[in-house]
Amino acid sequence: MAEKIYRVNMTDLTSSIEDVPAAWAAHGGRGLTSTIVAAEVIPTCHPLGPNNKLVLAPGLLSGTVAANSGRLSIGAKSPLTGTIKESNAGGTAAQLFARTGVKAMIIEGQPKEDKWYSIAITPDEITITEETELIGRGNFATIEAVEARSEEKRAILTIGPAGEMRMASANVSVKDPDGGLRSNGRGGLGAVMGSKKIKFITVDPKGGKVEIANPDGFREANKTFAKALVDHPVSQALGQYGTNVLVNIVNESGGLPTKNFTLGQFDGHDAISGETMADTITQRGGKIKHNCHPGCVIQCSQVYNDADGNKLTSGFEYESIWAMGADCCVDNLDHIAEADRIMDDIGVDTIETSVAMAVAMEAGVLEFGDGAGVCRILKEEVGKGTSLGRIIGNGTGSVGKAFGMTRVPVVKNQAIPAYDPRAIKGIGITYATSTQGADHTMGYTIATNILNVGGKLDPLTKEGQVELSRNLQIATAAIDSTGMCLFIAFAALDDEKCLPALIDLINARFDLSLTGDDVVNLGKHILKTEREFNMKAGFTSIDDRLPEFFYTEPLPPHNVVFDFSDEEINTFWDF
Amino acid sequence: MARINVTVKLFAYFRENRFKISEQEIAPGTTVGDIVDSLDIDREEVGVLMINSRHTTFETPLEEANVLAIFPVVGGG
Ligand code: SF4
Repeated sequence: MAEKIYRVNMTDLTSSIEDVPAAWAAHGGRGLTSTIVAAEVIPTCHPLGPNNKLVLAPGLLSGTVAANSGRLSIGAKSPLTGTIKESNAGGTAAQLFARTGVKAMIIEGQPKEDKWYSIAITPDEITITEETELIGRGNFATIEAVEARSEEKRAILTIGPAGEMRMASANVSVKDPDGGLRSNGRGGLGAVMGSKKIKFITVDPKGGKVEIANPDGFREANKTFAKALVDHPVSQALGQYGTNVLVNIVNESGGLPTKNFTLGQFDGHDAISGETMADTITQRGGKIKHNCHPGCVIQCSQVYNDADGNKLTSGFEYESIWAMGADCCVDNLDHIAEADRIMDDIGVDTIETSVAMAVAMEAGVLEFGDGAGVCRILKEEVGKGTSLGRIIGNGTGSVGKAFGMTRVPVVKNQAIPAYDPRAIKGIGITYATSTQGADHTMGYTIATNILNVGGKLDPLTKEGQVELSRNLQIATAAIDSTGMCLFIAFAALDDEKCLPALIDLINARFDLSLTGDDVVNLGKHILKTEREFNMKAGFTSIDDRLPEFFYTEPLPPHNVVFDFSDEEINTFWDF
Repeated sequence: MARINVTVKLFAYFRENRFKISEQEIAPGTTVGDIVDSLDIDREEVGVLMINSRHTTFETPLEEANVLAIFPVVGGG
């Protein structure tokens, strides 16, 4: 199926299916969303106004049989950070977008009337329909109702009440193969979709397939690639314990942010650890291994049941468990799972919202450790859009401002995730310099700082951290363009056959002859494109800093501060 | 020479048929690698070793009151 640009204008409710401009042809995923946002969005525009655009793009390999290639990138100017934003997630959307022939979908403008809409995409048609029934509904009910309206196997992307209320932590949810959700979580992209009055999008390829230029070469490369993934021991641990295997190891290292970033270890770590979670899942008849999209060979996801054996949540990730657990001092996995489900349903980023909750706890809104209180506030305040709910739903920075707090862990107004940058210094460089606010996935130095994957670098020393973060951020930008799940990076860092096989896959798909250098250059190009957008939006290198308390408050048990000078951080961009 | 006391902690599947945490009395000079071998853990499967929350190596000798943590190769994000 030839690839096209599917454009929707919400101001006049028109649409068009356009040829792909030559400058965009070699891009996919994050590279494409960032290229389009940089080309078409006015950097100084209001993120929730008619001049922002929401851009959705499957990766270069999405829709093919390539292992782990089903990540969908969504980009826009972020209402949370004010920077360019790309957030990617699994689910079935990337594969079905690609099979429909969608290279990218661009949603622009804003309806003048106060009406809600849905958008349906098929290979030949874009249909915009007014929606009344599902407005105000949670994501689970919305997906169920949309599924019931058609027999076809369609991808469904939705926003929950948080997106409708244009909260800066609102995400876009994507249906997974079993009716669970995966989220394009970070940066408030759900609020952008809500500002354009779109409740949900469906994608139906009508039997379409992705064309492969060289099928034999593709099959060979995929064999090598999938084997490298399956054989890597990290992949095996991910299958057994999920990403939550990290709680104990990060806690042991003294870098697990606890009690709103005042401690580096959590007394209740064992109760929320991956080991305990795996035992609990087995006892309750849940599923240890689960994939977020067909074709994943790692299967880090899982299905977590409540004490009665009923499904409570799926895709129960380290980040969410850390944030609601250690950072809020909640040591009860069932409370955390319930909070996770509520956040998925109302459609907010679990990291942003939980870190915001920890700041609210420090401010005295509720006690640290009050898991039941967290669930109540999520449901009754955030979900219903009360004043307190909107303060929390607008993120960590918003809570900090509203309550006059100084310990507010954000960079470019986005919450810092599950690794303390004082005790794990490489990740601090990533948080500071990322083009999109604090985000561990932009350059996951934890691999080398903590896990001894891709080499070893002492987390407590400064030497080599800027270079490590730079190399990883460049590689990640390229990987995020392929549609690959980032967890292929563990194998890519250690197994010399993995990355060449990935490049062979791209070459066989498009009949290209890319080399490793081309891929590195692509990564550099993407980072520079994103940074240029941010500079035009008013950001400077002064924004590439951590909050003051990381420089002044020593973190136990190592009693260390973040001690990079401004000049040292600035060298990140020397490439 | 007097023996020394250390705490050994195991994680993920290393716990299966072994233990989660154990206090051990060992001879001075015993290395991290000696402990790993004594537990019948394949060194190849070890991903991360920490003494008192700092990364360490198989060759490091343990000292009184050390807490040794042994992890298989793991990852996440
Ligand atoms: S490893 Fe996890 S996040 Fe990646 S594709 Fe598989 S289930 Fe999805």
